[in-house]
Amino acid sequence: MTEYVSTTPGLYPLPDWAKDDLSDLKGHQKHDLVSGDEGEEITAAYEEAREEVIGVQQDAGLDRIVEGQLRWDDMLAHPLAVADAVETRGIVRYYDNNNFYREPVVTDDLEPTGDIASELEATVERVGSDDLQAVLPGPYSLYDLATDEYYGDDGDFLAAIAAFLEAEVDAFPAHETLFLLEPSLVENPPADGEDARASEAIDRVANATDADVVVQPYWGALEEKVYAHLLDADIDAVGFDFVANQDDNLYNIQEYGTTDDVALGLADGQNTLVEDPEAIRDRTEWVEGQLGVTEFETVYLTTNTETFYLPYGKYVAKLEVLAEAADLAEVKAA
Amino acid sequence: MSTNENKDQFRQPDHEHDHFLLTTVVGSYPKPKWLNRAKDLYEDEDSDFDEDNWQEAKDDAARLITDEHERAGLDVVVDGEMRRNEMVEFFAHRIEGYEFNGPVKVWGHNYFDKPSVVSEVEYDESWLVDEYEFTADASDRPVKVPITGPYTLANWSFNEAYEDDDELTLELADLVNEEIEKLVDAGARYIQIDEPALATTPDDHAIVGEALEHIVADIPDDVRIGLHVCYGDYSRIYPEILEFPVDEFDLELANGDYDQLDVFKDPAFSKDLALGVCDAHVAEVESVERIEENIKKGLEVVPPEQLVISPDCGVKLLPRDVAYGKMANMVQAARNVEADLDAGEIDIERGAPTPADD
Repeated sequence: MTEYVSTTPGLYPLPDWAKDDLSDLKGHQKHDLVSGDEGEEITAAYEEAREEVIGVQQDAGLDRIVEGQLRWDDMLAHPLAVADAVETRGIVRYYDNNNFYREPVVTDDLEPTGDIASELEATVERVGSDDLQAVLPGPYSLYDLATDEYYGDDGDFLAAIAAFLEAEVDAFPAHETLFLLEPSLVENPPADGEDARASEAIDRVANATDADVVVQPYWGALEEKVYAHLLDADIDAVGFDFVANQDDNLYNIQEYGTTDDVALGLADGQNTLVEDPEAIRDRTEWVEGQLGVTEFETVYLTTNTETFYLPYGKYVAKLEVLAEAADLAEVKAA
Repeated sequence: MSTNENKDQFRQPDHEHDHFLLTTVVGSYPKPKWLNRAKDLYEDEDSDFDEDNWQEAKDDAARLITDEHERAGLDVVVDGEMRRNEMVEFFAHRIEGYEFNGPVKVWGHNYFDKPSVVSEVEYDESWLVDEYEFTADASDRPVKVPITGPYTLANWSFNEAYEDDDELTLELADLVNEEIEKLVDAGARYIQIDEPALATTPDDHAIVGEALEHIVADIPDDVRIGLHVCYGDYSRIYPEILEFPVDEFDLELANGDYDQLDVFKDPAFSKDLALGVCDAHVAEVESVERIEENIKKGLEVVPPEQLVISPDCGVKLLPRDVAYGKMANMVQAARNVEADLDAGEIDIERGAPTPADD
């Protein structure tokens, strides 16, 4: 019987009080953003905000709890932005959004920081390993967001990013699930040859953990070849952004099959319109019906994208809807 | 020397040169510190600073900045958008169908109250007629009215109500058209549509063009319509934008030191070019000589009668004395180039690409 797991890809909006407090404590300019060695007051504000978003997830009844990635000023580029071998330079556009991050330029040999492991350590104290979900940029997306001034070769650079993420994951506390967010696989798809390397890089990071690994591309569907290569990686689930594109995602699944578990991005992480839980449940059934295959072992129900795009109240409402939709789906399946 | 009737209607009767390089601003200007303090007082429930006091403060600021633009010598002035908080929020508050749910991140700890369109958008009270009438009253100079364009209003909102953003854009375009009709009835002759979102999602120039057709419907030809675009890759929207039904394109180019200038040389630029000659995000006043050189960059693209001089973008983030310094030097530089043009001392080949090693 299929297990329905409500979760999110993390990267939450800060609670409004934390937006104000941290603006005052940190400032508004480029050099004011998180560097990995924040002082006591800033750390305390983030800890309080983290507690709050953990509570929001628990109150909503989500099956997996994320840390919230509230410190990730540079969004998916964060793991590099706090690394020693990286210079953060100008502000550049974050995909096609009205959002910006500091361009991370790799100027030396990448070494893991333990920055994300320590966020997860703080979370696991409150959550427990069985519910904990870690979140990272997938290696291809991190490679795509970064600039290389050290490795000199695209293949070497991608491999170095994969090794860097692998070492970060090594330091994580035990966790149930790892989400690797891979929007660049859609937005800037790898070319011939590079698609196989991207898959190998994902494989490497996925093998660093015993947890279930979900690779979530978004803002559309993967190109056929990219999708086929992704299935070669040793991962437990592929995520599908059904908000942005239904037809091509269905086509990929029907044409190439998919993993035993899947993640369905059915709630819109970038729109304030709050879906009905019943509608999410119905869309889940619709996807399953379209495939007409043997049932999935696990279906993760999630927003398609990160949720920092939303006002805080709407983000909370989206989480509640996902939790309720998963409950409804379980009932129906039973 | 050929003439340009639409542009020449803004020439001052006592303009001292035969050539006329119209000088203006994009719109926003630093707010006086006391206006921000007045706003805090107005929002403070314990204060007796009431609606009338707040209105008076905004009137004072609008008068002050309009006067400051006149003193800088600008041919066409704006009130510096003293009554507006943010370019989407201001309009969303005045359009039926919008609601606000709280701040969202742009980058770092910079946020804006990104509104949601939750039902059909409708025209309610006028947005800018009072602002225009006040400014026109406060100045002897012609007044330009900047309006955030429908594409940016749609793109920088959450769309809960319409099938897609294109449909919302066109609905909003009809509302902008209604507002412009009212502004024209009130005497406005120079309207600037601000579409900063265009340069960031440039594949959408077709919908922006369609929206502009809605915007200018039944607006008399002699009303000057400009389009301001900034901070993007212009090669992805040029030459397609030449088809847009506008008189003038106002472009940010000084920021990139004119590295995108060649884009506009082929095919020939058939509209008026409002050239950004001062960087809006560098808190250092460019010298008159430097600005003269920048103005001459514009003459590589269009003849003098098609050239308008303005800063790259709204200057509201600059210190006020720096903003004033830039405006004053900009006007002086334009007048100097006009004199050189009158004297036949400027010989610039138009349309020739910049050498690669320049």
